[in-house]
This record gives sequence, C-alpha cells and structure tokens, in this order.
Amino acid sequence: MSETTSRYGGFFQESPRPGILGWLLSTDHKRIGIMYLCCITTMFIVGVCLGLALRLELFAPGPTIMGAQTYNATFTVHGVIMIFLFIIPSIPAAFGNLLLPIMIGARDVSFPKLNLLSWYCYIAGAILAVFAIFSGGGAPDTGWTFYVPFSTQTTTNVNLAVMAAFMLGFSSILTGINFVTTIHRLRAKGMGWGRLPLFVWTLYSTAWIQVLATPMLAITLVLVLMERVLGAGLFDAAKGGDPILFQHLFWIYSHPAVYIMILPGMGVISEVIPTFARKPLFGYWAMALSSLAIAFAGSLVWAHHMYASGMSDFSIMIFSLLTFIVAIPSAIKIFNWVSTLYKGSIQLAPPMLFALSFLFLFAIGGLGGLALGAAASNIHLHDTTFVVGHFHYTMFGGTGFAFFAALHYWLPKFTGRMYKHKPAVIAWALMFVGFNVTYMAMQAVGIQGMPRRYYDYVPEFTTLNQVATVGSWVLALGLIIMFVNLWQGIRHGRPVGNNPWGGTTLEWQVPSPPPLENFGAEDPVVTKGPYDFKGVVADDY
Amino acid sequence: MSEQTHKAVPYRTFILIWVALLTLTLTTVAVSRIDLGALNIWAALLIASLKSSLVIFVFMHLRQESKLFKLGLTAMLVILAVFIGLTFTDVLYR
Amino acid sequence: MTIEHRDDTGARFGMWLFLYTEVILFSGLFILYAISLSKFPEQFSAASHKLNIYFGTVNTLVLLTSSLTFALAVSAIQMGRKKQCLRFCWATIGLAVVFLINKYFEWSAEIAHGIYPGSETLAEMGPGITSFFNLYYLTTGLHGLHVLIGATLIAVVAVLTVKDRVTSDRYTLLENSALYWHLVDLVWIFVFPLYYLIL
Ligand code: HEM
Repeated sequence: MSETTSRYGGFFQESPRPGILGWLLSTDHKRIGIMYLCCITTMFIVGVCLGLALRLELFAPGPTIMGAQTYNATFTVHGVIMIFLFIIPSIPAAFGNLLLPIMIGARDVSFPKLNLLSWYCYIAGAILAVFAIFSGGGAPDTGWTFYVPFSTQTTTNVNLAVMAAFMLGFSSILTGINFVTTIHRLRAKGMGWGRLPLFVWTLYSTAWIQVLATPMLAITLVLVLMERVLGAGLFDAAKGGDPILFQHLFWIYSHPAVYIMILPGMGVISEVIPTFARKPLFGYWAMALSSLAIAFAGSLVWAHHMYASGMSDFSIMIFSLLTFIVAIPSAIKIFNWVSTLYKGSIQLAPPMLFALSFLFLFAIGGLGGLALGAAASNIHLHDTTFVVGHFHYTMFGGTGFAFFAALHYWLPKFTGRMYKHKPAVIAWALMFVGFNVTYMAMQAVGIQGMPRRYYDYVPEFTTLNQVATVGSWVLALGLIIMFVNLWQGIRHGRPVGNNPWGGTTLEWQVPSPPPLENFGAEDPVVTKGPYDFKGVVADDY
Repeated sequence: MSEQTHKAVPYRTFILIWVALLTLTLTTVAVSRIDLGALNIWAALLIASLKSSLVIFVFMHLRQESKLFKLGLTAMLVILAVFIGLTFTDVLYR
Repeated sequence: MTIEHRDDTGARFGMWLFLYTEVILFSGLFILYAISLSKFPEQFSAASHKLNIYFGTVNTLVLLTSSLTFALAVSAIQMGRKKQCLRFCWATIGLAVVFLINKYFEWSAEIAHGIYPGSETLAEMGPGITSFFNLYYLTTGLHGLHVLIGATLIAVVAVLTVKDRVTSDRYTLLENSALYWHLVDLVWIFVFPLYYLIL
C-alpha cells in the first residue's frame, strides 16, 4: 500500500485549533465521538482484566489469587466500570455522537458545547472512580448496586464511588437532552419521522430514558452520601426510613438503564442486518414503535430485581406481570430481524457475524430473563451465578457484541481504512465460543445453587467453574485478536471509498472520514427511505 | 422566524396571575387550618397543582409553545405518576 | 465555511428537558415524603407544627413575587426595554437573597433547638419526627441550593444584558434562566403546603 503524502483526512485534519487542543476543546460531534470511543474502549479493557481476575479466582475453591475482601472490591469495581463507564455510554455516547447528526442530515448536534461538557463530566466521573479505588478506606466493596444498609456502613470509599456515578449520570443526562433536541429540531429537509434510520429511533428512545430516569439515580446517590456524611437516615429504619425504598429508587433508574444499554445496540443491529442481507428492514414502523414501547414498558418493571427483598406480595404479582410485557416488543424486534434475513442475499462480513451472534446471545439472555422475571422461579435463582450469566448474556452478548458489530461496521467510515477480514472472523469465532462456554457454565452452576459475589464455593461446583474460567481465556484471546486487528486496520489498512458495505443511510454518502461539517456547502435533501437498496452498490476496497 | 420567538406578554397579564397566585397561597394556608381529615392533604395538593399550572402555562410561556412542549410535559408527568403509583403498590400492601 | 446555526425553539426545548430532570430529581424526595407520611401521619403533623408557618408563608410570597419580576424581565427585553429588564433582574436577585436570609434564620433557629439530621434531640423524638425533619432538611436544602444557582445564573445574564450580549432579538439565555427560576418556584409551591401546613 503506497502512502501518498497528502491523503485525504476528513475531520481529522480540519480543525480551528491545532494539535491536542483541537481535540480537547473541539465541539465537533465526530471528534467528541472519537474521544468517547477511546475512553470507553480503555475502560472496557480495564474492566475485562478485572473480570478475568474474578474468573481466575474462581478457578478452584478457596483463595487462589485473592482473598474475600479483594474479591469484593474487584467485582464492585468491575461492575461500576462496566456499567457506568463502559456500557451506558458505549453506543449512545460514542457511536451516537459520531453518527446521529450525519444520519439525520445535520451538521452537528443541537448543543455542541453541552456535548463537550458531557464528555468532561464523563472524564471527571472516571477520575473520581479511579480515586475511589486507591484512596480513603480502600476500594468500595458494596457491589455496583450500592445497596443500603451495607453501603452506608462500610468503611471503604463509597463516598467517592457514589460521586463518580453521580457525575457519570450527569454526563448521560446531557447527552440525552442533546439527542432528543437534535432529533426534533435538526432533521434535514425531507427527513420525516418515517425516514429516520432505526439507529436514530433507538437513540431517540434511549435519550428519553436518559432524561427521565437518570435523575432518580442522582437523588438516590445523594441520599446515600448524605446518610454517610450527615447521618440523615432516610434509608435507616431506626430513623424512620426504609431500606427497601433505596432499592426502589435505585432500580427506578437502573432498570430503565438496562434499556439505555440495550436499545442502541438493537439500533446497530437494525442497521447492519439490512445492509448485509441486501433487503429493506422488515416492518419499519413495528421496529420504530417497539423501541418506544420498550423504553416505556422498561420503566414499569423495576421491582423485579426485588422479589427477595421483602416487598409486598401484591407488588411482586404486579411487577411479575409487567415484566412479561417487556418481552413483547423485544420479541417483535427479534422476529423482524429474522424476517429481514429471510430470502436475503446474506453476506457474512465481520459486522454481520457479530450481528447474527447478537441475535443468538440476546435471545438466550432474554429467555433467561423470563425465568428470572417469574416470581416463583426467581426466588430459587435470585443472587445465584445464573443471574450473573443472564446479564452477561444480555449486556455483553447483547450490547457488547452490538458494540463490536458497530466497531467493525463504522470504523472504516470514520478512519477511512479497512481492517483485515480474516483475523476479524477468527476473533469473532473465538469470542463467540469462549463467551458461550464461560457464561453457559456460569448459568448452569447457578441453577445448581452457586451464589454470586462469593470468592469461594463448595467442591461440587469445581468442574463447571473451571470450564467457565477456561472459557474466559478463549474469550480474552478473541478480544485481543479483535483489538489488535482493528488497531492495525486503523493504522495501515487499505483506504476505503464512501461506501465500502453498500449501506443506504446518509453517512455512506459522505466521504470517509467525513469532512468537518459533514455535508459540504449545501444541506442534504432526503428523497427516499433509509433502507432502499435499489441501485446501491458497495465500493471496492 | 415567527415560530422561533413569541410575542411579549403584557405586564398586566403577569400581574393578574401573580395576584391569583398570592390569593391561592392564602387560601391554602386558610384551608390547612380547618380539620378535614385526610382531605387536607388532597386539598393542599390540588391548590398546589392549580398554582403550578398557572406558573407553567403563563409565567413559563407554555401557552405559546408548540405541541411538542406540551407532549413532553405530559410524558414526564405520566412517567412520574408511574414511578409514584407503582412504588405505592409495594408500600401500601406490605 | 462554518454556518451560523441558531435555533431558539430548540434551545428552549432543551431547557424544558433539563427541567424535567430537575422535577424527577425532586420527585425522589417527594416519593419518600409520601411514603413516610402514610406511615406516620400523626408524627408528621406534630413535626409540622414545630416549623414556623410565618417564615414559610413569607418565603412563599417572596418567591412568587420573584417569579413575577423575572417573568416581567422577559417581557421587558422582548419589548426592547433594556433598563426596565435590568431593574427586574436586580429585583429578582434581591428577592432571592431575602429568601435565603429567611431560610438561614429559620434553619439556625431549628438547629439551635437541636433539630438537625443525626442529632440526639431528634433521635429522642422517635422515628416519625426524625424522618420528617430529615426530609425537611434535605428537600429545603436541595431547593436552597437551586435558589443559589438560579440567582447566580440571573446575575450572569444581567451582566450579559448590560454588555448587550442579551438583546431584544437574542434573549434565549434570559428566557431559559427564567424557565429555571420558575422551576425553583414550582418546587417551593409543593414544598410549602407539604412541610409547613400539615394539620
Ligand atoms: C471477559 C469479560 C468478562 C468476564 C470474564 C466477566 C466476569 C465476571 C464475573 C465472574 C462476575 C461475577 C462476580 C461474582 O458475582 O462473584 C462478574 C460480574 C459482573 N459483570 Fe462481568 N465479566 C466480563 C465482562 C463484563 C461486561 C462486558 C459487563 C457489562 C457490560 C460486565 C458486567 C458485570 C456486572 C455488572 C457484574 C456484577 C458486579 C456486582 O456483582 O456488583 N462484565 N463479571
């Protein structure tokens, strides 16, 4: 590959300020998106290392590489990093920023400065989280859920961890406000609601959840902090408070938050599948409205995390019923993706492989969710590693794989270079196998009764735990190959044209990487729907 | 850009609304001194909601805004009601 | 090549979205209040009688009036009366300060009686009254913080108005701070009857 001296660099070269300040003070949505992407990937890698350490500890009963307190701290930090620093911002903040304005034909988001501020909040949150690990009474050991009364009594550094989560929540709110306003106000001419790509629809639903649910987390965390600092015992039964109310307020945010995590992932899949099946997405409006339906129904079901908390039986019944309702729009999505595949001319490019494995893994995770949502079986499975397996299937197998699909699908667009396909497929295969081995084994041992958040277990569980640990190594190997391959693609890959995959949405009509204001001097005018493949062909690369 | 900015609301309207708000405040104080049992709290909430709708629609110009703003507000209130209502399914039946 | 992009309606809509988040933030405390009230009705009314209803009422009137003055400020700038607008801004800030001073005296009186979160006196009064006062301090504290932020915001906007950065055809900033200020008022409209007026 010959390196021409003045290769076109798009927004990487155009900036009002030179050097690093051009990034740190940039209000360009693409630059902010790239900065988010870098931070999020870093956090992911850190989190994965901690996860591997957890699995390694569980390789044999008794302390192997760490003791009880270290294990507690490790899973807490693993959880906090993965939830607040990786998965919640992963697709919306990184790919949402990169793509949303281009997809709707806008030059930037509505509030570019707020966008930058939200990135700084993210960084502040990350820094606080790191401080929480290394200062004060040691790394927090409450689990990422910060349940009272333990979180108000432990001597570890919960205060800083809580403030970190607060900052990250603020960052998420700002992104949400920005996206809702952008989608309402800045659509290009001709870009009616019926022509929005589905990724935009899911970002829209997500943004509403971010706006309406996140503040509840903020106030809950403030109250925990107040209880620790001032002794304002709103969650302390001796002072007329009620510890179960903490769980209510916490999950009022955190359950909708799992839809903040998964909805944008579903959006990515809805973009990837039509492109590689060369067919319009099946049931556009059903897909669009089911995103909104998931967002709404997801706000009704929070207390299914609390069946074993001592809340009223009546409430258990109501929430169990409501929980099953969420399955309906999720199933609509799965069926529509499968119908899109039906009779398509399927092309198994790397993004498509990740998308297909999303379908498989998310379906397993979702079905496990039904077993957990039913109050009766939940009592048996509550707080076992079945739950841990379940949410890794949905969050890692679902959103995580969607994130990888997005990386493989859009990185060539934003870096202008294509990675090698063969290593990508090998990495995918290793990850897929390793993933299932790890978490299927964890689900199985959970059904046998192994509780979560324990560094030790009875000898009967040894075999399955060892299987899971070996699986995690395969998974890690796959991740390493994937990241190395992507990195090499970014550095030395072959240059690609506007449209390497033959996609139809607006981002494929601008150069790769896109220029500073996305669309030259004239605003785009949209004349057709998002999945109209007639006459669209992929560029050679 | 008629959609972008509103016409100025005359001072008189705001002052009238302010008088209404003050009256309602005194009403709520007065009502709270009469023992109505459980009704007291509902009366207080009713008057507070009345006052807030005056503030929202007139002071905050919601009257002049497009449908989108009203829909947004409704969505927020619905979600709020859901949060409160479903929490009470637990607390009331425990 | 950069194209000036201006969208006042979008800016206002963004502000409304932000206000929703504020409402939900406070609603967390109101949910806790509602639940405690249903659990301890008598204690709540006993505790409420310990609060000074005059402070509460006066502060309500002060805040409502400040809302009026700031709404008038928006009308004034829309009609191009910069001087009047500024006068309204200063009046609003003045009222905010009055509110905070009142709050300061109220709180110090209560703290002097030994009523504050985590105090011994409070613990002796039993869980119902304790939970009332914990909620009271957190809610009014959070609200007071918002008054402080709001007043600062208004001061900034007033200075920008003096510098003609906020003018009769570019006043979104003023309008948005007004929205924020009215929200502060809205919250108080609920705080007042719920904390000061329980019989
Ligand atoms: C190689 C990748 C990963 C491995 C090996 C791994 C391993 C583990 C293990 C063994 C636990 C259970 C600790 C216990 O309860 O005893 C755990 C907990 C958890 N993991 Fe992962 N994980 C990985 C990736 C992820 C990802 C991608 C996410 C999120 C998207 C995630 C989110 C969580 C959360 C939220 C917890 C619960 C923490 C708590 O109990 O507070 N993990 N992980």
